[in-house]
Amino acid sequence: MRVMSENPDYTSTQTTEPRMLSGADMLVEVLRKEQVEVVFGYPGGAVLPLYDALYECGIRHVLARHEQGAIHAAEGYARVTGKPGVVIATSGPGATNLVTGLADAMLDSLPIVAITGQVAKSVIGSDAFQETSIIGISTPITKHNYQIQHASELPGVFKEAFHIANTGRKGPVLVDIPKDVAGEVAPFVYNAPPQLPGYQPTVIPHVMQIKKVLQHIELSHRPVILAGAGVLHAGASRELRLFAERFGIPVVHTLLGLGGFPADHPLFLGMGGMHGSAAANTALYETDLLLNFGARFDDRLTGNLADFAPTATVVHVDIDPAEIGKNVPTDIPVVGDAREAISLLLATEAKSPEISGWREKLLDIKAHTPFWYVQEGNVIKPQRLIEQIAQHTNGEAIVVTDVGQHQMWAAQFYPFVHANRWVTSGGLGTMGFGLPAAIGAQIAEPNRQVVAVVGDAGFQMTLEELAVVAELELPVKIVIVNNGALGMVRQWQELFYEERYSSSLMKWQPDYLKLAEAYGIPSLQIRDDGALPECLSAFLAAPGPGLLECLVAPMENVYPMIAPGHGLHQMVGVKP
Amino acid sequence: MNRVISVSVNNKAGVLNRITALFMRKGFNIQNLTVGVTETPGLSRITIVMNETDDAALEQVIKQLYKQIDVLKVTDLTQQPMVARELALIQVNSPVAQRSVITTIIEPFRASVIDVGRDTITVEATGKAEKIDALIALLRPYGIKELARTGLTALARDVAMVTEARRVSEGNVISI
Ligand SMILES: Cc1ncc(C[n+]2csc(CCOP(=O)(O)OP(=O)(O)O)c2C)c(N)n1
Repeated sequence: MRVMSENPDYTSTQTTEPRMLSGADMLVEVLRKEQVEVVFGYPGGAVLPLYDALYECGIRHVLARHEQGAIHAAEGYARVTGKPGVVIATSGPGATNLVTGLADAMLDSLPIVAITGQVAKSVIGSDAFQETSIIGISTPITKHNYQIQHASELPGVFKEAFHIANTGRKGPVLVDIPKDVAGEVAPFVYNAPPQLPGYQPTVIPHVMQIKKVLQHIELSHRPVILAGAGVLHAGASRELRLFAERFGIPVVHTLLGLGGFPADHPLFLGMGGMHGSAAANTALYETDLLLNFGARFDDRLTGNLADFAPTATVVHVDIDPAEIGKNVPTDIPVVGDAREAISLLLATEAKSPEISGWREKLLDIKAHTPFWYVQEGNVIKPQRLIEQIAQHTNGEAIVVTDVGQHQMWAAQFYPFVHANRWVTSGGLGTMGFGLPAAIGAQIAEPNRQVVAVVGDAGFQMTLEELAVVAELELPVKIVIVNNGALGMVRQWQELFYEERYSSSLMKWQPDYLKLAEAYGIPSLQIRDDGALPECLSAFLAAPGPGLLECLVAPMENVYPMIAPGHGLHQMVGVKP
Repeated sequence: MNRVISVSVNNKAGVLNRITALFMRKGFNIQNLTVGVTETPGLSRITIVMNETDDAALEQVIKQLYKQIDVLKVTDLTQQPMVARELALIQVNSPVAQRSVITTIIEPFRASVIDVGRDTITVEATGKAEKIDALIALLRPYGIKELARTGLTALARDVAMVTEARRVSEGNVISI
C-alpha cells in the first residue's frame, strides 16, 4: 500500500509551508532568488556565519584585497551590467572601508547592495570589538539602509533592499546584519512584493508635460540635447538616437553619459563642461531650448550657473524629482524614466524645427576645434596614447579609468560608440576607483576587452587588487599613464597657484614592473612615441592580464578648460 | 518667513535621525521639531518649524524629505489654515504671599498650576506660541526658575484642501 506522503498530490501542501532557515542560509537563498551571480567581499568575525553559508553554495565570491576594492568592483560590475553589484564586509573596519565606495555609488546612482556584519545584538552600543555604527555613518551616503533585528525580517529587508537599489534613481542600499541574527532560525518567505508606500518612483511622465516639450521643440531655433547617465540607467540609448535623428537636434553628453549616444554620429557634439568640447559648450551656452535627459546639472558640467544656458527654456527629464530645479531653474519639468519620456516624445506627432543653420554652425565648430595636442619629439603624449588605445581596440573596449588628467583625456579621445562601456567615477571623483572597477567590469563581461587607464598616483591607492587580477587571471589590461605627478593637482597649481607644486610631484615611485612581477602579471614599460603602436598592439592582443607603464610628457595639461567660477563661454585652450 | 512642515513617517528606529541628518546636510535650520504617534498605527507625525526659508529652499526641503523611503507625506502648513499649539511648563518663584497674584495672572491664559512647592509653583500652559510668549513675559518679573517648551505641533484645519507637495503651479506639474 502506498504511503500517503509519497503521493505528490498530498505532499504538495507541505511544500507550501515556509522553510525554516538560519539567517545565514536565508542570505544565500536571497542571493539566489535575486539571481546574483557574483558577490565581492572580504570576511571577518562578524560575517563568518554568512561566509560559512556562502561556502560551496554555488554563488561566486570574489575575494578583494581591501573592502574599498570590493565595492568599487561591485560598482564596475553594476555599471557594465545594469544589475545591482553585491558586496559583503565585516563589521567595524570592514564596514568603514566601504564608505568611499558607498559615497561614490550614491553620487553616480549605481545600484549596490552592501551587506555588513555587525556585532551581536546583545553588545551593540557597548563599543564591542569591531563595532561601529555603520547605519549612522552610512545614512547620508546610501539611498537607504537597514539593521536587521531578527532573522524573520531578513527576507523582507532584502526584498526591499534590492528593489530600492535598482529602481527609481538607483543607488546603494546597506543592510547591517548582527552576528547572532545569522544564527537565528525563522521561516523563509520571499515572494511578497515590498510594501513601500513612501517609495513610489514616477516612471511614466505626465502627458501634458510631454506635449509642452513638443510645442517648444517645434518653435525652437537653437535646441540641444544634454544627455546624462540617466539615459544609460534607463537603457534609453536607442530612443535617444531615434529622437535626435527624428528632430535633427544635436547631442551633448555629460562625462558619465558617454556612450549613450554614439560618438561617431554626425549629430554628436562631444562632452560638455569643464574639459568639454568647444562645440558642446557653445551649444549649451547659446541654446534656446535645452533638453536635459537624465543629467543632474553637476557644477563640473555647468560652470558658473549664471552663464549656463542663459537664454534657454530648460526641459529637465529626471526620474528623481528632487533633481529638478535643484541647480538650474526648470521651465518644463518631466518626472519619469528617460526611456519612457523619450518614447512618449517619439510617439507624438510634431514638426521638426527648422534649425539647419544652428546645426551647421555647431558642426562647423566641431570640425574646426577638435580636441588637440601637440606632438613634441619622441615623447609620448597622453592624448595620443588614448587615441592609440582606441585604434587598437576599434573603439570596442570597456574603458575604465581612475581619476585625474588621464580620466579627462580618456573621455575626450576615446570614441564611445556603445552604451555601458565607459566606467569612471564622476560625482565623487574617487582616486583608486580604476583598477578594482575594471575587475568588476571584466567579471561582468569576461569576453570583452577591458582596459583600465590609471594615473600613477591613483593606481597606488588600490594596487593591492592586482592580486585579484592575477588570481582570477582576468585579462584586464592596465595602462599606467605615468607623468610622475598628481597630474590634475599639478595642473591646477600651475594655472592657479603660480606653479607652486605643493606635494604634487612624486619624487619617488615604485618600480611598477617589479610590482607586476611580484603579482605574476606580465608587464612592460614604454617611453618612446615611435614604439607606441607596435607595443600597444602586442600588449592588447596578449592573452591574460597585463600592465603597461607609459612614461608620458610630464607637464601636459588638459585643455580646453573652463576655470573655476567661469562660464561655458569662457573656455581657454580651445586651440593649440 | 517661518514655515511649518508636517511630515508623516514610518515609526521606525532611526527615522528621526535620517530626517534631521538631511536638514543638517542641506544646511537648513530647524527652529523647533515635535514628534509623536498618529491615529494610524505605525505612523508618526513630525512637525518642523523652519525659520527664514525662501520658496526654492522650501521646495528642496520637501523634495528631499520625499526621497526618504520612510516618509509618506509632506505638507507645508504655512500657507493654509492650521491649528498649531505648543505646551509650556513654567516653574515660577511664588512665596505664599504672592501665590494668589500669580493665579490671577495665569487665569486668562487658561493655564493651570500643576505643582506646588514651598517657594515655587509650576504652571502648565497650552496655546499658540504668541500666547505662551505673553504669559512668560508676565511671569518673568516674579522670577522664572525653570522653563520647558515643547515647540509647535500642528494639523491642517478640516476645511482646508491639503496641498501636499504635489504642487500644481503655473501649469507646471511636478509629480512627486
Ligand atoms: C581619493 C582622492 N584623493 C585626492 C583626490 C584629488 N585629486 C584629483 S586628481 C588627483 C591627481 C591624480 O593623479 P594621478 O592618479 O597620477 O592621475 P593624473 O592626474 O596624473 O592623470 C588628485 C590628488 C581625489 N580625486 N581622490
